[in-house]
Amino acid sequence: MVFKPREDISIVFSGQAGQGLQTLEALLTRMLKRSGYNVFSYSEYMSRIRGGNNSTQVRVSSRRVTAYTRRIDLFVPLHENAMERFHDRITQETVILGDRDFIEERYLDGHHPVLEVPINEIAREKGGAVYANTVLLGILAGLFYVDSDLMHNEIRMILSGLGEDRLRKNLDASDEGYERSKKLLKPGQAAVSIERTAEVRDEILTDGINAVGLGGLAGGCTFVSSYPMSPSTGVLVFFTKKAESSGVVVEQTEDEISAVNMAIGSWYAGGRALVTTSGGGYALMVEGLSLAGCIESPLVIHLGQRPGPATGLPTRTEQADLQFALYSGHGEFSRAILAPGTHEQGFSHTRHAFYLADKYQVPVFILTDQFFLERRYNLPDLDMSKMYDQRFIVQTRADYRRYALTESGISPRGIPGFGEGRVRVDSDEHDEDGFITEDFSTRTAMVNKRLKKLSGLQKEVLAPQLFGPDDYRNLVVCWGSSLHAVQEGLDMLGRDDTAILHYSQVYPLAEVTADYLERAHRKIVVESNATAQFARLIRSETGIGFDGAILKYSGLPLMPEDVCEGLNEKLGKKESTHGRV
Amino acid sequence: MGAYDFDHAIDIAWCPGCGDFRILTSVKDALDELELDPRTVVFVSGIGQAAKTPQYLNAHYFNGLHGRTLPPATAIKASNPGLVVIAQSGDGDTYGEGGNHFMHAIRRNPDITNIVHNNMVYALTKGQASPTTRQGFVTPVQIHGVTQEPFNPVAVAIALDASFVARAFAGDTRQTTDIIKKAITHKGYALVDIFQPCVTYNKVNTYGWFKQNTYTLDDSYDPTDREAAFRKATEPGKFPLGVIYIKTGKPTFEDGLSLYRQDARPLYQRTVDMETLRGLVDSLRT
Repeated sequence: MVFKPREDISIVFSGQAGQGLQTLEALLTRMLKRSGYNVFSYSEYMSRIRGGNNSTQVRVSSRRVTAYTRRIDLFVPLHENAMERFHDRITQETVILGDRDFIEERYLDGHHPVLEVPINEIAREKGGAVYANTVLLGILAGLFYVDSDLMHNEIRMILSGLGEDRLRKNLDASDEGYERSKKLLKPGQAAVSIERTAEVRDEILTDGINAVGLGGLAGGCTFVSSYPMSPSTGVLVFFTKKAESSGVVVEQTEDEISAVNMAIGSWYAGGRALVTTSGGGYALMVEGLSLAGCIESPLVIHLGQRPGPATGLPTRTEQADLQFALYSGHGEFSRAILAPGTHEQGFSHTRHAFYLADKYQVPVFILTDQFFLERRYNLPDLDMSKMYDQRFIVQTRADYRRYALTESGISPRGIPGFGEGRVRVDSDEHDEDGFITEDFSTRTAMVNKRLKKLSGLQKEVLAPQLFGPDDYRNLVVCWGSSLHAVQEGLDMLGRDDTAILHYSQVYPLAEVTADYLERAHRKIVVESNATAQFARLIRSETGIGFDGAILKYSGLPLMPEDVCEGLNEKLGKKESTHGRV
Repeated sequence: MGAYDFDHAIDIAWCPGCGDFRILTSVKDALDELELDPRTVVFVSGIGQAAKTPQYLNAHYFNGLHGRTLPPATAIKASNPGLVVIAQSGDGDTYGEGGNHFMHAIRRNPDITNIVHNNMVYALTKGQASPTTRQGFVTPVQIHGVTQEPFNPVAVAIALDASFVARAFAGDTRQTTDIIKKAITHKGYALVDIFQPCVTYNKVNTYGWFKQNTYTLDDSYDPTDREAAFRKATEPGKFPLGVIYIKTGKPTFEDGLSLYRQDARPLYQRTVDMETLRGLVDSLRT
């Protein structure tokens, strides 16, 4: 066996911006999934167009894998400086594969398993250095027993735009890599021991961007106005591609202020609008959020978090805008914040955001982050059973009043051009007709109306999910994209007295929260931010604090190892009896 | 009683004698003379005294944020191209707080009418300078007089090749009504900058001052000549009134929206196309 017998192998290739790592990632994950392996991939990259050092992790596994791990089983350096940032992650169990020129001296000491392959030389023989990635693809295909026809198909699918000559050279390069891989093994030696599953071949392979985008379409999204900002831009690009076939107005605006005001204008006229942005762009939208609150406009905001403050780390990940999303906007009004943890939830929750926004006429956030949006993995299906089919727009009568006072706080929402009435919305305080007023009792009634909607939202809260024993002694709380690192980290730790409570809606906070927390002997929160923002929210809503927090804010995703080590330290020795005391 | 009048008395927040009353009359007359169905006319405004105008008309309105009239107006038209959309606000709102949107709305060219009440002062906030305040004008903030060059919306719009640029004077209700009618019937973005005397905070640019410092373009003027229009917009001395520039045949923002090519239905009449969606999901399996 080349690799330690494992159920999953973590491959990291490391190179420069502009070396085509994204294409390699797409080719490799598609090819491995098509041959029946569970796959996961995530790229960490610098905010630059050329040079620097970027890396991609691809996990290949017998079971589903969805977290970014510190562990590297196979490291492929694709550039002179490729290993510099990985000294602490390359161990004596890490197999290093690639060009002699790119492997640092220190790893040639005989204590590290090294598979030297002159990838660049082979590429040049096949027509040029640009074919190095397909040589590598061929080597990996060989090591993972991928059928060479399948490999060829994927290359044809992804690289079809290159023209016949270059496509041919890519295919030849992959074949050469494929042949070379066999020579890396001793007679009778196997490379990997990962099981393949036939069902995986036809599963969905997606990143978070597609999940959110498809969820938007499922929610009836017909209007997207945004300004590009990493990591949220992918969602804008998604809708641009689907604009014609799915009937969506898509506009890149002059700034985020325009984007949010357009989105609100579209809802007013009968559109179902989404804005996609990140922290800095959202900061510019905040007055618009308050406008949506005041005029009781639905609004769906996809907020893809990245590390701040200010420009921060543009291409990296963090969960530090929860409190910002929660408290932004002057004045008092209702809102909901969803934070999908899986790509299935990325789809279902974005759809749900449109439902909530439309029904309650409030802003609804989909809070993701760069890790969530850009990691990809295979999953069986997206739940298409609960599609958008409820329409909340009413045909107005001549006596229509946009802000008619009701028990629930929700007034039937009319739009101009559909019915006999006039639809008047005003950012000034207004009466039931929508006219400006300074009448104090009307003001009080309107504030109450806008806040009352929170109790309706509370009734429809998506409950947190418990993973692990019901009679847990310790409870680990997490939200959004941290789920998978927490699950795998707890698996590594192997404690059966500890459960995970994951929130995919963080506001309003589920009422069962206090009950879950009170049952735990020790409560630990895990978040990708420095100040335990969700723990603060829970404390302010329930009065219950945590016994410890595992926090990561380096810009890299939370890893199972972080969670395993953190829990090990914070939970102490396992008690002989577990469960409720 | 016109179609846009209320059948009851309304409380109007403007000062007696304000130029805004004249503009309100011109707008209502223009809508009545064009026989536009009030069910299809949407006013969009920002914040300021001018931005209150839609309150005093029996029409739909979206009274949004300061400076943000044009983005929602653009989106409303794009979401339901059958609506007649009129963005109406003041000079501070449109050229100051909303200056960036002004530029980009012209570039986008939605089929909307943009009426700007230009009184060369901030009235609602009690008399500070606006982007169009003349140099030397003394205010509670610009205590030594305004030193900055006034913003020239007509010249900027022509420089951006706007599809329709006009200037009117609120004191001449008939002419203002005619210009607004032309702007509404014009296909594409139409700017109507209206000189509006502020009787409380601008004691310099009064009805009399505007009468003395404006003249009406005669029939020999060709508004399709961009260079001539730019000269008119920047010439020293009296300000020309009338339609100053027209760029015909410019595609509108809505014309460029691919989703309306096959299917003209406005957004509110559409539902999720399940077959297309299923296809998109399944495309992730291969």
